Amino acid sequence: MSYERPDGRKHEDLRPITAKAGVIKNATGSGYFKIGNTAAYAGVYGPQEMHPKFLQNPKGGVLRCTYNLLPFAGMGDRVRPGPSRRSKEISLVTEKSLLPVVDLSEYPNAVVDVFIELTETDAGSRCAGICAAAIALADAGIVMKDMVAAVSCGKVAGNVVVDLDYKEEAYEGEVADIPIAMVPSTGEITLLQMDGPVSEEELKQALEMVKPAIQQIVDAQNKAIRDSFGGVKK
Amino acid sequence: MSELLVQHKEIVVPGQILAKGMDFFPSFGTYRRNEDIVANRLGLVNLDGKVIKTIPLSGTYLPKRGDTIIARVTDILMSGWRAAIYNSPYESMLMVKEASNDFIAKGADLRQYFDINEFFVAKITNVTSQKLVDLTVRGPGLRKLRGGTLISVNAHKVPRIIGKKGSMVSMIKDATGCRITVGQNGLIWILGEPKQEVIAIKAIKKIEQESFTSGLTDTMKQYLEEATGTKVEMKAKEDEVQQ
Repeated sequence: MSYERPDGRKHEDLRPITAKAGVIKNATGSGYFKIGNTAAYAGVYGPQEMHPKFLQNPKGGVLRCTYNLLPFAGMGDRVRPGPSRRSKEISLVTEKSLLPVVDLSEYPNAVVDVFIELTETDAGSRCAGICAAAIALADAGIVMKDMVAAVSCGKVAGNVVVDLDYKEEAYEGEVADIPIAMVPSTGEITLLQMDGPVSEEELKQALEMVKPAIQQIVDAQNKAIRDSFGGVKK
Repeated sequence: MSELLVQHKEIVVPGQILAKGMDFFPSFGTYRRNEDIVANRLGLVNLDGKVIKTIPLSGTYLPKRGDTIIARVTDILMSGWRAAIYNSPYESMLMVKEASNDFIAKGADLRQYFDINEFFVAKITNVTSQKLVDLTVRGPGLRKLRGGTLISVNAHKVPRIIGKKGSMVSMIKDATGCRITVGQNGLIWILGEPKQEVIAIKAIKKIEQESFTSGLTDTMKQYLEEATGTKVEMKAKEDEVQQ
């Protein structure tokens, strides 16, 4: 089986990554993550007082994520601003994928707001959002037991590949898209969604293929955070 | 068989393994995972013998007992004042008893002592598990602030702005002739000649920006000498992060 990916990558290759930290000066912490033509900004505010008050949790802080596409982020059509069914779902899964690593027990009744905005999208936007959010949370000095990195994998034309772009997602035949978020040190999976038919063996193969990719992303994230602080050094 | 993987003052990220083996002990900003010591927040490594901790570089201020902070009155209640702590998710309470050395009669008009939106320097006397914060203004240096300029900086850079035994802030005070009060929550009050205030603010912002660089005291001495045009004397030549 010799399947050629549209952009000539190998099956296990990621698109080129750019990661930055501290891009939004007014935020407590911020991150930027670009993979191929998918770019996400994340701003973290807080821990701060939580409003509305009935959402406060006296046992610990609350993580609140908002995923949003900018109107021009789509591929041609204008994306209507504001929450949609899709963006609400992705906000929720982003929150759930970050929660296992963050520890907000020191901040009862407070909230950490994570705002994720995508300036351009070419598939894999929730993964890029999670990567940017992890950078922003670390930059904001939030207690985290580890980073989180996310990447999609899937099956295109019967081949298991990593980091699908839009052309592959829109492939005419059978396509499976599996976004995965992982805690690199433990291999814990904090997000796994499946869209499309995959066999058990293929899923296992995909999970194995994702691990080196995740490590690569984490290295880029960590470098971005270190650079944003080390960059001041003379 | 223990192995140290980082150097003193190195920047570490969450999840980074700092040391392997049971010969080292985790302290603030680190935790033990199996036999490794791992950072759980962004910070600078601080090695103290076998104890490894990290000094945070960013984030909000978490009220701690004994800290001197600058707060703003947000509300007046029956038994005292409610005050906002800047750069922090929590509010604080100043009880009538703690507000003055004089006796305040029951039913007195509390606005005479602290009115809404007034700033004051206070000490934190207690913090509960739910982060209810009690303040006092009875003590040396604790008072209501009148006039001057307030600026906000990253609360984690405050030790650097104060310097060892207050060396850095007293250098700025001496050079500019300003009165300066630094709150642990990152709020700084400056009162002096308008031009000198501007120099002091610029100097503090410079410290905040360059807080990782070594030899910062010398840089600041030079900067202040250029800005004020006078010779700055240094009391103590020490340039360490005070923690």
